[in-house]
Amino acid sequence: MMHNLTIKQMSEKLRAGEFTSVQLTQHYLDRIDKFDAELNAYITVTPELAISMAEEADKRIAAGDAELLTGIPVAHKDIFCTDGVKTSCASKMLDNFIAPYDANVVTLLKKMGMPILGKTNMDEFAMGSSSESSYYGATKNPWDHKAVPGGSSGGAAAVIAAGLAPMATGTDTGGSIRQPASFCGITGIKPTYGAVSRFGIIAYASSFDQAGPMTRSAEDSAWMLNAMAGFDERDSTSLERETPDYTIELERSLKGLKIGVPAEYFGEGLDSEVSDVVKAAIAEIEALGAEVVEVHLPNKDLAVPSYYVLAPAEASANLSRFDGMRFGYRCEKPNDLEDLYKRSRSEGFGEEVKRRIMVGAYALSAGYYDAYYLKAQKLRRMVRDDFIKAFNECDVIMGPVAPTPAFNIGEKSDDQVSMYLSDLYTIPVNLAGLPALSVPAGFAQDRPVGLHIVGPYFSEAKLLNIGHQFQQVTDWHTKMPAQYQ
Amino acid sequence: MSLGKTEVEYISRLTQIEVQEDAVEGVAQKLSNILELFAQMEAADTQDILPMAHPLDAVQRLRADVVTEIDQHEKLQAIAPAAAEAHYLVPQVIE
Amino acid sequence: MSWEVVIGLEIHAQLTTKSKIFSGASTAYGAAPNSQACPIDIGMPGMLPVLNQAVIGKSILLGLALDAEIGKRSVFDRKNYFYPDLPKGYQTTQFEFPIVGQGKMEIELEDGTKKIIGVTRAHLEEDAGKSVHGLVPGQTGVDLNRAGTPLLEIVSDPDMSSAKEAVAYAKKMHELVQYLGICDGNMQEGSFRVDSNVSVRRPGEPLGTRAELKNINSFRFIEKAIEIEIERQIELIESGGTVVQETRLYDADNDTTRSMRTKEDANDYRYFPCPDLLPVIITDEDIEAVRATMPELPDAKRARFVSEFGLSDYDAAVLTSSRAMAEFFEQLVTLTDAKDIKLCANWMTSGFSAALNRDGLSVEKSPVSAKGLAGMIVRILDNSISGKIAKQVFDAMWKGEGTADEIIEAKGLKQITDTGAIEALVDEVLANNPSQVEAYKAGQTKMLGYFVGQIMKASGGQANPGQVNQMLVAKLK
Repeated sequence: MMHNLTIKQMSEKLRAGEFTSVQLTQHYLDRIDKFDAELNAYITVTPELAISMAEEADKRIAAGDAELLTGIPVAHKDIFCTDGVKTSCASKMLDNFIAPYDANVVTLLKKMGMPILGKTNMDEFAMGSSSESSYYGATKNPWDHKAVPGGSSGGAAAVIAAGLAPMATGTDTGGSIRQPASFCGITGIKPTYGAVSRFGIIAYASSFDQAGPMTRSAEDSAWMLNAMAGFDERDSTSLERETPDYTIELERSLKGLKIGVPAEYFGEGLDSEVSDVVKAAIAEIEALGAEVVEVHLPNKDLAVPSYYVLAPAEASANLSRFDGMRFGYRCEKPNDLEDLYKRSRSEGFGEEVKRRIMVGAYALSAGYYDAYYLKAQKLRRMVRDDFIKAFNECDVIMGPVAPTPAFNIGEKSDDQVSMYLSDLYTIPVNLAGLPALSVPAGFAQDRPVGLHIVGPYFSEAKLLNIGHQFQQVTDWHTKMPAQYQ
Repeated sequence: MSLGKTEVEYISRLTQIEVQEDAVEGVAQKLSNILELFAQMEAADTQDILPMAHPLDAVQRLRADVVTEIDQHEKLQAIAPAAAEAHYLVPQVIE
Repeated sequence: MSWEVVIGLEIHAQLTTKSKIFSGASTAYGAAPNSQACPIDIGMPGMLPVLNQAVIGKSILLGLALDAEIGKRSVFDRKNYFYPDLPKGYQTTQFEFPIVGQGKMEIELEDGTKKIIGVTRAHLEEDAGKSVHGLVPGQTGVDLNRAGTPLLEIVSDPDMSSAKEAVAYAKKMHELVQYLGICDGNMQEGSFRVDSNVSVRRPGEPLGTRAELKNINSFRFIEKAIEIEIERQIELIESGGTVVQETRLYDADNDTTRSMRTKEDANDYRYFPCPDLLPVIITDEDIEAVRATMPELPDAKRARFVSEFGLSDYDAAVLTSSRAMAEFFEQLVTLTDAKDIKLCANWMTSGFSAALNRDGLSVEKSPVSAKGLAGMIVRILDNSISGKIAKQVFDAMWKGEGTADEIIEAKGLKQITDTGAIEALVDEVLANNPSQVEAYKAGQTKMLGYFVGQIMKASGGQANPGQVNQMLVAKLK
């Protein structure tokens, strides 16, 4: 079946003429038709756009003008502005928003000739870890429809896991690529902050947001990251450095690799089955010639509160532009300006978004700035310095992505703080702006579990190398839920 | 620390997010729970630590002073909730 | 009991850039509504700011002119509040780390006394859009063309103690930013806006509560508004009231100030560093590079015009009233080989300035260039035309009728310098005025002027007055 192929295999077959991009794209569109009503992983499906782009791609392939990814369809998280296509950020606020421009990532992948299948579901404005806060309803986990797919890029993870797209874009502000990747048994990488342009990505927390690929394998992610990354002069925080070839280290041996394992990561609160899966995966990599060393990240518990001050603070300003005036939702018949603002925002935003805006504004308000915002910024530095120190002792750090496998839909939706605390492994990475990868490593309670690999700045190629080597000796990444095979 | 009605109303004004009278208590409770999480930061000794606003120690890049944008107001206003004579419209502002 | 007045000014100077501070949209004034508001200016989802290079050099230039510290690491912050003309719901500005730190400026009052006014800081920020009323009944229209236009907000210390001092400071700053070429100074178009913070107190007491007078677009009205506000505050306190901190608008028609509706909690702006922008770093090399481009400043130029050109203080002040004026004058002096600087100065301060004023033009828009005017002055100097004829030539040049030489030629205005022709005119006039000749010879030498006048009249103004004079004196001996 086409949807079981790796990206490289797809690309070869497209060039060899075994199938066309239109056929490949139609295959996915058919699967979306068949499965997505139940899964709810897409907010918008764009069949006409996909087919017309596939036709263009076929012409390029025929003309010998194709790149490796030309003709391979992609699904964009509904946070990436897509010219002429509804870009809702899973919010009622933007339910009527047809973006008048493309995000830089969308532009780059269009240039590659990758047909757009549609826009994937997510937590509203990327604020969540379960994709339940979407205005369009929760996405289900393909492995178990009772479970959440994780979030915020839950739709993206679900479409990859269910074979409703070969590649998907995601964004990761506090774990939003890695945690759903772990919950859905797929591969996802959050690059170094600044590696992928944020232009045209609807901002949640600007100093954390980072886009990355979500695919079946590390190799696929490497190819996709090659297409997504690069300097963009329209983003002041875009890294002004030459974009490396992220596939170049894939085949390197892991002999001599020093794996740092923080003792703190395996303490109280970690599900024992998850712990076993992660430990077994680390042992597998050790068997490939790597060496495990103990490292310490003493301030890891401060990361969660620090993040939940800083990210909402930034969000409280980022989301002020949604005021019912120039785009997006406007309430019916406003009495006056104040009424227009208040009702448009109260009716347009969901509960969690409103909560984060309010808590963020509070953390910045007169009298609380020092105790909350400034303090959190200082902790951010301490958390980053912990990593820098740890990387003096090791090449990468390994541990769990999340303390549990996917939880059930509705299980945590009324307990924000416990939901926040479940981000404890992913958040420190965003505070520091480091790259990190999640690769499928096994199952706990019959739900997928990922291995979290964190590296120093700009070490994406190394992380993908480790992921790829691990995937040479394991087959977790090739597994699919029975009904989607 | 826990928030009361006054604080919730204050935040509601700052953020232009309406909190219905009967929802104030619930909102106050949820926000207070989050503030309890924040309180964990208090114990950390941050003396001599500089605040960190950005993950990377990069500096601002500058753009050449050239006009690169064209007039697209028709396209941009096509998605506006209310516009007339090329202006965005809001309920009358009294100054 | 006496009162002390304390005034501080916040001046918003729009920087002369082609594009906006954070986007590539044009800053040109007067464009069709929203035609220069790009997705970044409108604050559309996913849009990001990138800083315009040009604003850095212009800020450093002002900093150097004010003898101020330059912020080697300045940071952009977000100032949060909701208003229809503020598309993102926050203004990007500099709060804790401005690009220009403490500086100072000397002002001179009408009576010649001088005073140093401290400049607290100057920071970069983006302008807001404009609200338009009456397009649709019951609705306010918003034009975002101005949103994102670069501003330098120059904040003074509360060092001024009268409306006159405040205006002297504002005028000096107005002159300075134009000299530096960083702001066009156009107050009508809002390129230079002055907000005044006014308070009163008893001598020795702490600062009183201040009221802010906003966006008054002429120096005359600024002075009046401040005076009225001082009176209002004193009367209020003396009658047992208290001044509240608020923004007040000046109503020129009724010559009063009135309170603007105060916005609740408007002062909790929740400033924090803008995460979409990074710190701006300015090196010593950057500063030196800007210093090398520093033009001569007004005070120095005035002093030089007096010492180098021998001009009066008054002429020097008029000729340096703008950088364009001074440059025009210096060109004129060069083009006329500095043969008669006083004549050049006279033409600039009278005929030329009068024509500009009459037609409401700036020096830059003058229809007569320095080269054109020099062409005329050269003809005065070589006796081709008299000063009186020159006025005629100048008027024709102003109307675009050609160069001085072309006009002199076309209208036949060249002076009569032919001795024979002048002699004939002299003889004729003397013959026609025998009694006056008698009177002259009897000692009424002032009759000479009468004869010159008659001869000039007979020549249609074209006889060379010097020659006429000489010949008359000789003939009347």
